[in-house]
Amino acid sequence: MTLETIESEIEANVPGCVLEIVSNPSPSGQHSLRIDPAHAVAIATFLRDAEPLRLDYCSNVTGVDWPGKEISEKVKIKKLVDGVEQEVEEVRKTQTLGHLEVVYHLYSMEKKHGPVILRMSTEDRADRVHLPSLTPVWRSAEFQEREIFDLYGVIFDGHPDLRRILMWDGFQDHPMRRDYVEPDDFEYEPTPHDEVLERARQHRTIMGVQ
Amino acid sequence: MDENLKSELRKQGIVATTLQELYNWGRKNSLWPLNFGLACCAIEMIAASMARYDMARFGAEVFRPSPRQADLMIVAGTVTKKMAPQVVRLYNQMAEPKYVISMGACAISGGPFKQGYNVLKGIDRYIPVDVYIPGCPPRPEALIDALMTLQKMIDRQPLTGPDRPRHLQADAPSEFIVPEFGAHDLDPSQNPEVWQAPLVNISLAGTDDAGND
Repeated sequence: MTLETIESEIEANVPGCVLEIVSNPSPSGQHSLRIDPAHAVAIATFLRDAEPLRLDYCSNVTGVDWPGKEISEKVKIKKLVDGVEQEVEEVRKTQTLGHLEVVYHLYSMEKKHGPVILRMSTEDRADRVHLPSLTPVWRSAEFQEREIFDLYGVIFDGHPDLRRILMWDGFQDHPMRRDYVEPDDFEYEPTPHDEVLERARQHRTIMGVQ
Repeated sequence: MDENLKSELRKQGIVATTLQELYNWGRKNSLWPLNFGLACCAIEMIAASMARYDMARFGAEVFRPSPRQADLMIVAGTVTKKMAPQVVRLYNQMAEPKYVISMGACAISGGPFKQGYNVLKGIDRYIPVDVYIPGCPPRPEALIDALMTLQKMIDRQPLTGPDRPRHLQADAPSEFIVPEFGAHDLDPSQNPEVWQAPLVNISLAGTDDAGND
């Protein structure tokens, strides 16, 4: 069954859902389906139970961090320059919020097919990081969703036991995010270079040596 | 006492010794390790204690499951930051005299995980280590070599004077700070009484002269 047929099957059976096929240009060609968080549990239940898909096994859940980036675009604006109306090109910069993404890999033990890959995105990376948990649908997602909560900071609503799993409870950072700053407890080699050299210089300034 | 005379007496069935020799002989031949492992190095430690390598030949066969009965802590494997307080607490609970073997790259320095965020960069940041064994993981022979090195170290220790072992010095510390879980890292991130980060000279780094002199 192709992803397009799966998409139309879901659209026919889960009313109001918003789906988008994310194509993968690499040779493996594992295209995925972006689903909207509001209908995620309904879509997941449909994929698990409905014939002929019966995706009864969630093998892997992982997170992706998409940091916000600056987009600059050239815009042509009409302006009065020295009393004459002229067309001036301006560079307009916008900052995107970025988002966190969760990826589910689904297989069917019964029908021996798969994977079907689902993606879900949060609205941003700061406080709107809630996503519905799919642990009630696939029990195997429980620890992996806890791991994503720990390392990326995605909050899964409806998870039975959402706690940190690798780091301790009082830990406040999310180490797998791109902007994570690790503690300065590294002994530097005598010939660091590039980013490490920059960090080694900062370390020496903190220690009070130039 | 003259060594030649001593071995001559030995042949006649007379053993002459000093209290220091007797004391150190007893200490070095009954090193009971603490029965705990942290990662793959522990598998090599188990192999070293089993029949093929047989650490029992050196008096270290009795792996004790309680720190109260153990003399030797073999830190065998990766010490994660989440595990570090428990390791230090176990060390504190051991009775003197006590020794530490830091086994494998991870226990020495963090090893392949040194640049990560969750692994302690060497157990010697919190507790004093007597013998380091490099390797990933070290072979059982290496662990036996470390044990023999430790035995030689114990054998050399005088019972009096400034070089006497720690447990005979009344004011030497026997317990060390147990780190607590902080918001970003362990608190403190190292025990400055035990270990301080070496400050390397980076003045030549990043220039064309680097590595040329």
